[in-house]
Amino acid sequence: MTPTLVILGLFMLIPIIMALWVSVSDWTGRGSPFAGGVHFVGADNYANILTGGGLPQRDFATSLRNNAYYVLLVVPIQTVVSLLLAVMVNQKILRARSAFRTAFYFPSVTSSVAITVVFLFLFTASGAVNRFLSALSISGPNWFADPRGVIHIILGAFGVDGPPAALQNAPFLGLSWWQWLAGPSVAMCVFIIMAIFTTSGTFMLLFIAALQNIEGEVEEAAMMDGASAWQRLRLVTVPMLRPTIFTVVTLGLVGTWQVFDQIFTATQGGPGKTTLTPAFLSYQASFLNQRWGNGAAIAFILFVIIVVMTLFQRIVLRERDTVPRRKRFVLSGAVTTPTAAVAAASSTRPPPSASPEPPEEQP
Amino acid sequence: MTRRWTTRAVLLHVVLVALALVYIYPFLLSVATSFKTDAEAVANPLSLWPETFTTAAYERLFVNSDFPLWFRNSVVVTVAVTLGRVLFSSLAGYALARIPFKGRGLVFGLIIGIMAVPGVVLLIPRFLVLNTFGIYDTWAGIIFPLMVDAAGVFIMKNFFESIPPAVEEAARIDGAGTFRMFWSIVLPMAAPAVITITILSFQGSWNELTHFIVASQRADLVTLTKGVAQLSSGALSQGSQFPLTLGAAMIMTIPVAILFFIFQKKIMNVSTGAVKG
Repeated sequence: MTPTLVILGLFMLIPIIMALWVSVSDWTGRGSPFAGGVHFVGADNYANILTGGGLPQRDFATSLRNNAYYVLLVVPIQTVVSLLLAVMVNQKILRARSAFRTAFYFPSVTSSVAITVVFLFLFTASGAVNRFLSALSISGPNWFADPRGVIHIILGAFGVDGPPAALQNAPFLGLSWWQWLAGPSVAMCVFIIMAIFTTSGTFMLLFIAALQNIEGEVEEAAMMDGASAWQRLRLVTVPMLRPTIFTVVTLGLVGTWQVFDQIFTATQGGPGKTTLTPAFLSYQASFLNQRWGNGAAIAFILFVIIVVMTLFQRIVLRERDTVPRRKRFVLSGAVTTPTAAVAAASSTRPPPSASPEPPEEQP
Repeated sequence: MTRRWTTRAVLLHVVLVALALVYIYPFLLSVATSFKTDAEAVANPLSLWPETFTTAAYERLFVNSDFPLWFRNSVVVTVAVTLGRVLFSSLAGYALARIPFKGRGLVFGLIIGIMAVPGVVLLIPRFLVLNTFGIYDTWAGIIFPLMVDAAGVFIMKNFFESIPPAVEEAARIDGAGTFRMFWSIVLPMAAPAVITITILSFQGSWNELTHFIVASQRADLVTLTKGVAQLSSGALSQGSQFPLTLGAAMIMTIPVAILFFIFQKKIMNVSTGAVKG
């Protein structure tokens, strides 16, 4: 007990306090941050990022934009894909069920680095994906080297190539509206596809566990009432899965705001800074450019974003926290602690809510 | 079943087989490509069969690179971290579940709180601690911080609470001490939870990247994830070393894949065999 607490304290609690100090100091990475030469600079580091008007502010805004588009696309798609996979794999008429389950779950087992290497190969200019597309007579882009935003590309197709005057000013975080509305870059789209590919299997298992909890009488009752398969899914299954959907969305939100491994392995923020994420920017600022105060400040702002997102979602969905059944926690924990997954983020610490909740009592 | 079902069944199988292919094909392709020549990897990126079968990529990996060293380092870290996590998580979980001490609720709340902190926020803090204690760039700095994991404590605590106390009371009457009881009665009963923690720790530490980036820079302490990540971001400029990087990625995947296939019955049954509540 004691050693556990000591190590937890040493490596979790104290570090956070230390980092808070660094984020309000002018430490440059030399010597100890608590030595005499380091000064308290108040909120300077934060101000520099949020209102500085210089490159740090623009980089931070860019990374926020990139990550926001990533979250907006990954979270809904991975939730829907994993739910559909679960419903299909859970059909009673299916043969070789475990083989299918294994196939969908397998990408979640591998490390983010290995998957990224595979995707680097698949999405090169003359790689497998573009070959496949050209067989369908579509000429694929040079994925990882293409900084164009998807929304800009679509607008360009309609002849809008430059920003209209109204969108040229930069009222928010030093980035013009035109840039905010760029959409995810083509390069970022590869990471979006990768995230869906690697997490849908894990979330599928969560949904399967939940489906098996609710199936039976309800399904039968719906069948007796002559509901079609689609109606059963929409009107019976999905509403009953609400607690699980809530869990999956929460895990997704927390995970997708922390994209780091893939960026580090593949693009280092390029092309044209369109795959910069706050997590990678924080690392870059401190470990590579020795601007530790900035890096720590970015990390804490990111932390606040994640907390706010989670709270916001709790309020919006108004979901009572269901208490996981103790008896089944470990068993389900084995399945549902998304290690490889926590939505492709490298966090190896599965969140506490990662157990399929039993269905809520009917009011 | 009626005829409508059979059409549905066929359709379902077709759709699922197609999807399963999408999920598995990249891996098959990677294995195939790692046995191709560099030129062929670029020329025929879609073929699952190398025209000229060559192990050149693997020879380069094992003979002319630090790959074997990375592999060894990853094994050392993973074994140490897994052992540490099983030990610490079960001890702490048991204490929290069974031994009444002052501030137990507070400690547990703290653990839950720590679980909620996103890993990315901890990059800089971890480095600061390692630096302060002078274990940056050492084995200790690489292994210790990963050894304790709040989620593991949480899982173990929950499991121990589900074991009826009557068993322990009987042992206590027979005169077993707390540790003795823990070691020879409670822990064996918690086998499912221990296996769960083992799998999670193995997978977690084998696939870990950020901590290794932050904890060391010495070339002889590089693990697989870090080494391969640097290899691939370096190889981006040349772009034709795919057999090499894919070979490395595939070898990295083998241990976790084996673990997954061995325990998949355990893991998977768990998801299907849940008792209806």
